Amino acid sequence: MAISTPSQPIPAWKNPIRQLSKLSWPWRITLGYLTVMLFLPTVAMLLKASTEGPANFWKIATSPVALATYDVTFITALLAGATNGVFGTLIAWVLVRYNFPFKKAIDAVIDLPFALPTAVAGLTIATVYSDNGWIGALFAPLGIKISFTRLGVWVAMLFISLPFVVRTVQPVLSEMELELEEAAWCLGASQWQTFWQVIFPPLLPAILTGVALGFARAVGEYGSIVIVASNIPYKDLIAPVLVFQRLEQFDYSGATVIGTVLLGISLFILLVINVLQAWGRRYA
Amino acid sequence: MPKEATPNLGPSLQHDTPPAKDPSPKKQRNWVPVVLIVISITYLALILLIPAANVFAEAFSKGIGPFFEQMTKPNFIHAAKLTLFLALITVPLNTVFGLCAAWAIARRKFPGRALILSIIDLPFSISPVVAGLMIVLLYGRNGWFGPLLQANDIKIIFAFPGMALATAFITMPFVAREVIPVLDEVGFDQEEAAKTLGAKDWQIFWRVTLPSIRWGLLYGVILTNARAMGEFGAVAVVSGNITGKTQPLPLFVEEAYKQYETQAAYSAAVLLTLLAAVTLIAKEILERKTRIKDVE
Repeated sequence: MAISTPSQPIPAWKNPIRQLSKLSWPWRITLGYLTVMLFLPTVAMLLKASTEGPANFWKIATSPVALATYDVTFITALLAGATNGVFGTLIAWVLVRYNFPFKKAIDAVIDLPFALPTAVAGLTIATVYSDNGWIGALFAPLGIKISFTRLGVWVAMLFISLPFVVRTVQPVLSEMELELEEAAWCLGASQWQTFWQVIFPPLLPAILTGVALGFARAVGEYGSIVIVASNIPYKDLIAPVLVFQRLEQFDYSGATVIGTVLLGISLFILLVINVLQAWGRRYA
Repeated sequence: MPKEATPNLGPSLQHDTPPAKDPSPKKQRNWVPVVLIVISITYLALILLIPAANVFAEAFSKGIGPFFEQMTKPNFIHAAKLTLFLALITVPLNTVFGLCAAWAIARRKFPGRALILSIIDLPFSISPVVAGLMIVLLYGRNGWFGPLLQANDIKIIFAFPGMALATAFITMPFVAREVIPVLDEVGFDQEEAAKTLGAKDWQIFWRVTLPSIRWGLLYGVILTNARAMGEFGAVAVVSGNITGKTQPLPLFVEEAYKQYETQAAYSAAVLLTLLAAVTLIAKEILERKTRIKDVE
């Protein structure tokens, strides 16, 4: 520290220790807890990853098995996000605009994936979508297997990410003013035109935010997918499960590198979500 | 299932659906809402409702007897106890943290406020497996604190403390997240008034702040509890998953399923699903309470 010239008064923000001692107790507890519980583990992983050296890091991060898991994880999560982007928006629309029996109950059930432990979700999805399960049996005669394939991963991701889209779009839709649509109709717009040109544009940031939130959750999901998938490399093995397998084999370097890649991507998605939310606020 | 339900729902829906908002008598208006509602409910049935119903159907497929028989098995009882203890440790810990963080952050606007809010939310974005990995790298045998812990004969990984740490990591943001918006809205006028009238900090907290944030706080605590009892990935990484020792209920469900003990898996799953149901009902009630307060 360059405190060789003590005659100069040091601005408060330049002396972190003095600043810290002035903090109130809630601040101290908050920062202390965050340091021990969040910063320390994160730094431990990043430092461990940095001991690998860039060449080795790249080699592990882009090994064929790892690349295959990224493919399964991200492409499937993207497809699940897109599917929920469509159906989640539809569900939000139906819940905001129409009345039908059991609407309240259905609205409440949307949050089930937030509340239901993922192991239970995986267990029951694996059963329902297996060859002799309630839904899987309908697809089995067509030669479509869902549980223990990539399709099963997709269904589990659909389950996990659905509420994110519905709950982000719903408030925006319910605050939208009906007068705008009525004005569009009065001016002679068709239903399609009204939807695409009046309703959809302000809704888009919310839909994309919901999809991004759901995607982020689906990418990190472990509990339900490890049960629904067969976890065979190159087939339906996802990146988080690969991290877990590497750890089970005491391959700490492999686990750390792939974990770091996952962390980096999570942070990137977080950034995208923040940008999307800022975009959405312009319409508010 | 949904294919049977569709024709039954159709006509009654049409009847209940008011001519939404379009007074002009266009013919297509009548069936558009019905079709959209049917598609939505079919999708929800496929993704949410049927899987949820299946939990109960499987658990009680052989009647109620086998279900209760599972409840008396030692491994199950141990798993349930472990889950309870995990929640008992992590929920209070994260409640105190969440209250402190909310109090500190909502007090005033300062540079970096948005950054701190994002940091608190971080555990939601990090994959649970990665969270578990971090804790292993910190407290495991080859981790930073490994030698120190080993010298003092303290076991964290593959033991209860590690599982508690992992659960606390995953459930960290809930309370802060629910309380901060409430505090933001309530403002600090009342607290300042109490202070000028000579109240001590603790008195202000108990008598002024806490009553105004109680519903948001309770909601945060309920969400923390639901996640703490249901967490799978992070706990699986640090626990070692030893049946009867470090295996809480969600891990018990997976293990039983893998061992083809379907009855055991689904009996435990029913308990966890009931936990989810209670959480959702509590959420509905609490949301109604806050809404009523808003109207007043």
